[in-house]
Amino acid sequence: MTTETAASATAPNGAPLLEVREIRKYFPGRSGGLFGTRGNPVKAVDGVSFTVHEGETIGLVGESGCGKSTTGRVIAKLIEPTAGSIVYQGKELANLRPGQMRPLRREIQMIFQDPYSSLNPRHTIGTIIGSPFHIQGTKPDGGVKKTVQGLMERVGLNPEHYNRYPHEFSGGQRQRIGIARALALRPKLIVCDEPVSALDVSVQAQVVNLLEDLQHEFGLAYIFIAHDLSVVRHISDRVVVMYLGKVMEETDRDTLYESPMHPYTHALLSAVPIPDPTVEARRERILLTGDLPSPSNPPSGCVFHTRCPKFRLELSDSERDRCRTEEPVLEEKRPGQSVYCHFAEARTDLIDGAAAPTTSGIRGTRPRSAA
Amino acid sequence: MTSVASDPRAASSRPGGPFLSVEDLRVHFPTDDGLVKSVDGVSFEVDRGQILGIVGESGSGKSVTAQALLGLHKGSKARITGHIWLDGVDLVPASENDMREVRGSEIAMIFQDPLSSLHPFYTIGDQISEAYRVHNKVSARDARKRSVEMLEKVGIPNASRRYDDYPHQFSGGMRQRAMIAMALICEPKLLIADEPTTALDVTVQAQILQLIKDMRNELNSAVILITHDLGVVAETCDQVLVMYGGQCVEKGPVEELFDKPEMPYTWGLLSSMPRMDRVRQTRLTPIPGSPPSLIQVPKGCVFNPRCRFSDRVEGDRCFTVHPDLLPTSPRHEVRCHIDPEERRQILLTEIRPNL
Repeated sequence: MTTETAASATAPNGAPLLEVREIRKYFPGRSGGLFGTRGNPVKAVDGVSFTVHEGETIGLVGESGCGKSTTGRVIAKLIEPTAGSIVYQGKELANLRPGQMRPLRREIQMIFQDPYSSLNPRHTIGTIIGSPFHIQGTKPDGGVKKTVQGLMERVGLNPEHYNRYPHEFSGGQRQRIGIARALALRPKLIVCDEPVSALDVSVQAQVVNLLEDLQHEFGLAYIFIAHDLSVVRHISDRVVVMYLGKVMEETDRDTLYESPMHPYTHALLSAVPIPDPTVEARRERILLTGDLPSPSNPPSGCVFHTRCPKFRLELSDSERDRCRTEEPVLEEKRPGQSVYCHFAEARTDLIDGAAAPTTSGIRGTRPRSAA
Repeated sequence: MTSVASDPRAASSRPGGPFLSVEDLRVHFPTDDGLVKSVDGVSFEVDRGQILGIVGESGSGKSVTAQALLGLHKGSKARITGHIWLDGVDLVPASENDMREVRGSEIAMIFQDPLSSLHPFYTIGDQISEAYRVHNKVSARDARKRSVEMLEKVGIPNASRRYDDYPHQFSGGMRQRAMIAMALICEPKLLIADEPTTALDVTVQAQILQLIKDMRNELNSAVILITHDLGVVAETCDQVLVMYGGQCVEKGPVEELFDKPEMPYTWGLLSSMPRMDRVRQTRLTPIPGSPPSLIQVPKGCVFNPRCRFSDRVEGDRCFTVHPDLLPTSPRHEVRCHIDPEERRQILLTEIRPNL
C-alpha cells in the first residue's frame, strides 16, 4: 500500500499522453428580445488545463453543472472547444476536421453514464461492439465476430449472447457492453463519464474492478468523471476539482483526500456520508448555502465567493473585498498541489472528524510541508 | 383520519403499541410471466420521532413497501396481505376513500425525482396550497400564507416571490425542498422519503438530510428513509432494515448494524463500497452475480446464489430451507442459517479486516 502511494504521488507513470491547455467551451446564450439579441454565453468550461500521463487515471469531480462532463466531451472531441488546445501525443486536436479526427478516434474512446440510452435498442450486442471496426474500416485479425466475442468474454459477458439485444441485459451488463465497445479499437485513453453512477453498489464494485483490470492489462489512461468522491478516491491517481467551469484544486489523490486546501473541496469532502455512525457523529459538515450561480453570469472575482463558507465566516472585510474583486489563479500552493484561492489553507479533519492524523496507515507515510 | 378512526370496523383497530407497526406485509403482482413477489413477508415498527432506514439494491422491494404503506396499490391488480397498523388502525383493508384522508395528513411521501412528481403546469405555490386545502378548510389567502411559511421553513429564499414560480424555474435541490414543504404542510405523523437525495449532489444531499432531521425534531414525526446508500443511513437513521429479494434479511439499531452486521448480504454491501475513511484498498470486493428474479425466488435462502458462506452450514440447508428472521441480540434480527456464534467469528476474522 505504502509503496503504491509513494509511487503515484511522486512520479507519474509514463510520458504525457494528453495535454489540455486553457480549454473553453461557451454555448451561445438564449436568444431573446424583439431584435434577436442574444444573452450572455453559457461558460460551461472556462479555462481548464491538466495533463494525463500514460496509464494514469485522472478523476474529474464537482457538482452537476460544474462543466466536468463538457470537459470530457471536448476532450473526446464530441464537441468542438471554443478556445484552447488539446494536444494528444504531440498532435493538436482542437479544430481538426471530422475526417482528420477519425484515425485519432481509435486512440480516444468514451464510456457513457446511462447504459440505457447509450446503446441502440435495435442493434444486437455483436453489432454494437463491432461497430467501431465498421466505422474505421478495419478488419481485426481473426475477423470481427471472433474479436467481438473475445472482447465480450474479457469484460465478463457470455460470448454466446452475441445476437441478443440490449434490453435483455441488466444495467451492470449493459455498462460492460459499453466498455467492450470502447475497448474494441485498443485505445490509449478512455473518457469515462459517470460510468458507475447508475449502478447498484455491489455491481458498481464489479465494474470498477473491471476498469482497473483493463487499465493494467492494456495500459489505458482514464479520465474518470464522477460525482461520487469515494469511487474517485478509489480509482484515481490525480484529481481535478471543478466548480462553475473552472478548476478549483488539482493534486494527487492522497493529498486531495488527506489535506485539501480549497474551501470548495472541504465542503465536498465533508458532505460525503461515511457508512459508520460513530464517525458520522463526530464529523463536521460544511454546508454550502444557496445554489450554483448561473454559468452565463458568473460572480465577479473568485467564482466561488458567493457560496464560500470561509468568505462568509472567517475572512475580514478587506480580505472579502479581494475575493469579490480579484480573481484568483490556479497556482501551486504546495509542491504538486494547485489551488484556485487567495486564502487556501489545508484541513485534515474532514473525513474522519479527528484533527490529528490517525493510525489508519495511509496517513503520515509522506512528509508534508506546512500549509 | 377521524373518519377512519370512527370507522365501524372497530375489529381492525387496536390501541397501544408502536406508532407504525407493519406485520408480515406481502405485495404480490400477478403478471403474464408469473407471480412477482415484490415484498414477501416484511415486518417492522417505527415510533414517533424515530427514523427507520430501509436499505437495499434496486428490485429489493423497498419502494413497493413504501407505496403499500400509502395504499398506492389500491385499485391495481396487486395482492396485498398482512397488516399495516398506523396508530392502532389497520390500513390494509382501508378503502380508497379512507386512504385519501390518510394520505397527506397522516402519511406523506417525498419521491426520488422531484421534477416528475411536480406538475409542470401549476406553480410551486399552487401545488403546496392545494395539498393544504385538501385537508383543511381554509381560504385561499390563508393557504398561501401557510405555504409561504413552509417554503421559508425549508430554506427557499424570497419565498413569497418564489411561490409563483413554476417547477422548471427551481433547481434540483430547491424542487426537493418544495416537495418536502408540500409533504410537511399538514404536519404528517409519518413521513416516507423514497430515495430523497439520490438525484442530488452531495453538498445538496447534506442540506436535505439535515432538513429532514430538523423537521422530524420539530413535528416529532416518524420517518422512513428509503435509500441504497449506507452512508446516508449511517448519517441519518436510528433503525435500519436491510432488504434483499423482497424480504427483510437483517434489522437492528444503526450502531449495532454497522458495528456488528451478521448477514452475509450486509457484509457484501459494506465491503463493496469504497470508503473514504479507510486505507484505500487495492481492489473492491463486489458481491458476485446479480439480484434475484422476483418471479423465481431461489429456493432456501434468497441470497444463496451470491453467498460466499453457504459452505459454513451443514448439509444443504441454505438451498432447501428458508431461514427465519431470528433475534441475535435483543433488538437485532438476522435471517441466516449460519450459527450466530460462527457468524460473529466470521465477522471478526474475515470481514472486519477487509472493510
